[in-house]
Amino acid sequence: MATATKKKLVQWGPAEVKSALLEKYPPKVARKRAKQIMINEAQQNETPELTANVRTIPGIITMRGCTYAGCKGVIMGPTRDIVNLVHGPIGCSFYAWLTRRNQTDAGPDGENYMNYCFSTDMQEQDIIFGGEKKLAQAIQEAYDLFHPKSIAVFATCPVGLIGDDIHTVSKNMKEKFGDCNVYAFSCEGYKGVSQSAGHHIANNQVFRHLVGQNDEVKPGKYKINLLGEYNIGGDGFEIDRIFKKCGITCISTFSGNSTYDQFASSHTADLNAVMCHRSINYVADMMETKYGIPWVKVNFIGAKATAKSLRKIAGYFGEKALIDRVEAVIAEEMPEVEAALAEITPRTEGKTAMMFVGGSRAHHYKELFDELKMKTISAGYEFGHQDDYEGRQVLPNIQVDADSRNIEEIEVSADETRFKPRKSDKEMKALEKAGYRFKHYDGLAADMDKGTLIIDDLNQYEAEKLVELMKPDIFCAGVKEKYSIQKLGVPMKQLHSYDSGGPYAGFQGAVNFYKEIDRMVNSKVWGFMKAPWQKNPQLSASYNWE
Amino acid sequence: MLLRHTPKEITERTALTINPAKTCQPIGAMYAALGIHGCLPHSHGSQGCCAYHRSALTRHYKEPISASTSSFTEGASVFGGQANMLQAINNIFTVYNPEVIAIHTTCLSETIGDDLPQIKKKAVAEGKVPEGRYLISASTPSYAGSHVTGFSNMVKAMAGMAEPTGKKNGKVNIIPGWVEPADMEEIKRITKMIGVKTILFPDTSGVLNGPLSGEYKMFPEGGTTVAELQSTGDSKGTLALGEWCSADAARELDKKHKVPCSVLDMPFGLKATDRFIDALRTIAGVSIPEEIAHERGQLVDMISDMHQYLYGKKVALVGDPDQLIAMTEFLVSMDMKPIHIVTGTPGKKFEKRIKELTKDMGCEVNVKAAGDMFLLHQWIKNEPVDLIIGNTYCKYIARDEDIPYVRWGFPILDRQGHQYFPTVGYKGGIRLLEKILGVLLDRKDRDDAESKFELVL
Repeated sequence: MATATKKKLVQWGPAEVKSALLEKYPPKVARKRAKQIMINEAQQNETPELTANVRTIPGIITMRGCTYAGCKGVIMGPTRDIVNLVHGPIGCSFYAWLTRRNQTDAGPDGENYMNYCFSTDMQEQDIIFGGEKKLAQAIQEAYDLFHPKSIAVFATCPVGLIGDDIHTVSKNMKEKFGDCNVYAFSCEGYKGVSQSAGHHIANNQVFRHLVGQNDEVKPGKYKINLLGEYNIGGDGFEIDRIFKKCGITCISTFSGNSTYDQFASSHTADLNAVMCHRSINYVADMMETKYGIPWVKVNFIGAKATAKSLRKIAGYFGEKALIDRVEAVIAEEMPEVEAALAEITPRTEGKTAMMFVGGSRAHHYKELFDELKMKTISAGYEFGHQDDYEGRQVLPNIQVDADSRNIEEIEVSADETRFKPRKSDKEMKALEKAGYRFKHYDGLAADMDKGTLIIDDLNQYEAEKLVELMKPDIFCAGVKEKYSIQKLGVPMKQLHSYDSGGPYAGFQGAVNFYKEIDRMVNSKVWGFMKAPWQKNPQLSASYNWE
Repeated sequence: MLLRHTPKEITERTALTINPAKTCQPIGAMYAALGIHGCLPHSHGSQGCCAYHRSALTRHYKEPISASTSSFTEGASVFGGQANMLQAINNIFTVYNPEVIAIHTTCLSETIGDDLPQIKKKAVAEGKVPEGRYLISASTPSYAGSHVTGFSNMVKAMAGMAEPTGKKNGKVNIIPGWVEPADMEEIKRITKMIGVKTILFPDTSGVLNGPLSGEYKMFPEGGTTVAELQSTGDSKGTLALGEWCSADAARELDKKHKVPCSVLDMPFGLKATDRFIDALRTIAGVSIPEEIAHERGQLVDMISDMHQYLYGKKVALVGDPDQLIAMTEFLVSMDMKPIHIVTGTPGKKFEKRIKELTKDMGCEVNVKAAGDMFLLHQWIKNEPVDLIIGNTYCKYIARDEDIPYVRWGFPILDRQGHQYFPTVGYKGGIRLLEKILGVLLDRKDRDDAESKFELVL
């Protein structure tokens, strides 16, 4: 099948591609972008090579969103029994209304506000005279209507500028109600260089106002929290299914299909398993310091990665019953995965992919493309930091700029009564000796081939250029990027919202993803782009009606 | 139940909006600007605004939406966004080279009081705007009006490009308002049939309903050209379709350049289309061709053929004022009963107009401007309807209450066709009717007892 995407007439080297990407920019822009484009050496640097988490260049069409999007949209959005009230003009709440595909299941308590959109809809007079009274009244109205356990307030740009004290308003309302926890997030859109600042702000307030509110010990063995899993397209449901099968008790998920009580009880778990390193590592660190819960990086995207992560969790608890159970589950789940791969890989092997998404996703999804025997020729994050690219060992050497300093770092110390090391020093040492690595993440670069291009904060112009020069078989990013790439005749998979698909996590999710990529890279539609008369414009013989 | 916490009992809310029936101004400005040929919309604010608007428009149109942002950080928010804007203008013309940058503000830049006209002047003075390239701007604070207001403000800025030469161009300006690209195409088809030369602005046809051909054009073929916009001051008159979307721009041309204007309803349904066609006839001094009368007759024919299924059916509507006014009139003209009508856009004029249109319906009508869909849902719980017409968010109410539902308006995130099939004009009326009858009769076929199940309807 001859499609435009398969004609690789020119083989470009990474250095040539890099200079082609920079060619058109004004000199200042080119210098800045050059530092955010790295030809991968796949080395474990101590000092970061690539610049990341820096300001977006005004006027350059970026994929990034704002701090509010990272806080309300990403972290708090998926919680189902908290009334998420946005304080600001109407747009911010409207755009974050059901658009991220966080699936929820109301469960036996039946409380679920996910399908609702709450806003104070600030008007001109609120901007001029202040919006605190309106906010207090809106909180009151939400309380009277729904009697939720908790109301979370989110600031949008003008709130910070006019100086509304949303924290005091929330505190007062919390005291007034007595049975409803009200707290606020100063996540104005301009607070950081990307969504990432919003994640950090959300982590801080979740830790401050939610974690540790309920000391009641939950039943079950092998208790963990799953951090940084947002149940897009039902990913969390698939992971929950696997945990249940293995006998692992998930006390809380931050924050797919989560509840207030899950956050409140999360400090009773014995291990934090971190999925999305970028968005949630802060709270993992703070919980370790305050409550003594260690954290490990896991990844449930990719069948092999899922198996590896389950073994990691089982290894931590170290009990034979769990280790055996996990092995049995893996053995039970893998045949279906292998059968799907055996059928599909002949059609995907050797094809190429590009991924520019999120702050961990581009790394996670590489696993799935590896399983399909597809090569990831270029990748990067929208809002990742240097440790997400090159590993946490670069952390001490990251230069903290003014934008990052702007985001509060909470001082945490061990809780006087509730700090409890989950493992003794000896046990931790033994685990580490056995190759077990806590608080550890190698980053994307280590997993990418040498000579591939790693690009931070890729923009529309560069995306188009990359596709034109390197002609990947599939490109992955977000909804804004989808159709400009597809107009070029290259299938584009959304890895934020999954194009209404999913789940892609776990074993069943992996199979879904293999089928989806097979569908996309082998679709007949890419062969229809030219009409017969466009393919053969010259008439070679006269056409007669005979 | 998807909206399980919505109580039937209605309590007054003065501060809390739940499930809004509007969004903010800048997205309207962005959509309008995409209707200028070779234009890059630019959002002067923090980058989330631009990302959200692009995402929302992309989901609705399933087309690339290019727009840039000033990417404010805390520093710019404190010291003003001029430096960001100037840098953006330079980068945009260097990298993307559009013919026009259409700048709109956001609640952020409005709150800190950035002065766009002054920044534009500075950009020109510093040579950042190449010869033959243009900057236009609209003030679109998110805390006033709605997405409709933002659309109107950007259309007004487009009218501001008029440069009368003193020599009339023999054309009629038509401002279609916030309608689909397919509707803009249909208006052009109708005016062509009638033989009226027009300048339609904005015009998103050919921009947001493009083909898949293996080529990506950041600036597609469609859109009103700069030359056309400049020429609007030489036109013989302006027809503004929709008081909320289009009237301000038309009045601007009247006030500044003495181009007379008429403000009409958007031509949805029979009567509003009649008035539109008749206005074209009068302004252009032409007679209406038989083909148009034929299309009109087909719509009337369909209404009469199927009247029994429409008669007395109660309808709940949510959307934007101009669309709802025309739709309400259309439904009433078919003896249907639009009884719950909500727009998120403020304006008492809207409530008054709806009251007038429904006064002879013989039943109580709930209408609210600056209302929300939570209230609409409560009204429906108190007095159920046979049909809901509105944007995609209605599907949560439709499913919970098990009510037939037609998607119409903005945004439509889960169905296709709105880019390609118009609902304006007589042909568009036929399509609307087809959709309404489709859901009503599907329901009848689903619910009728086996003994009552009919082959012929």
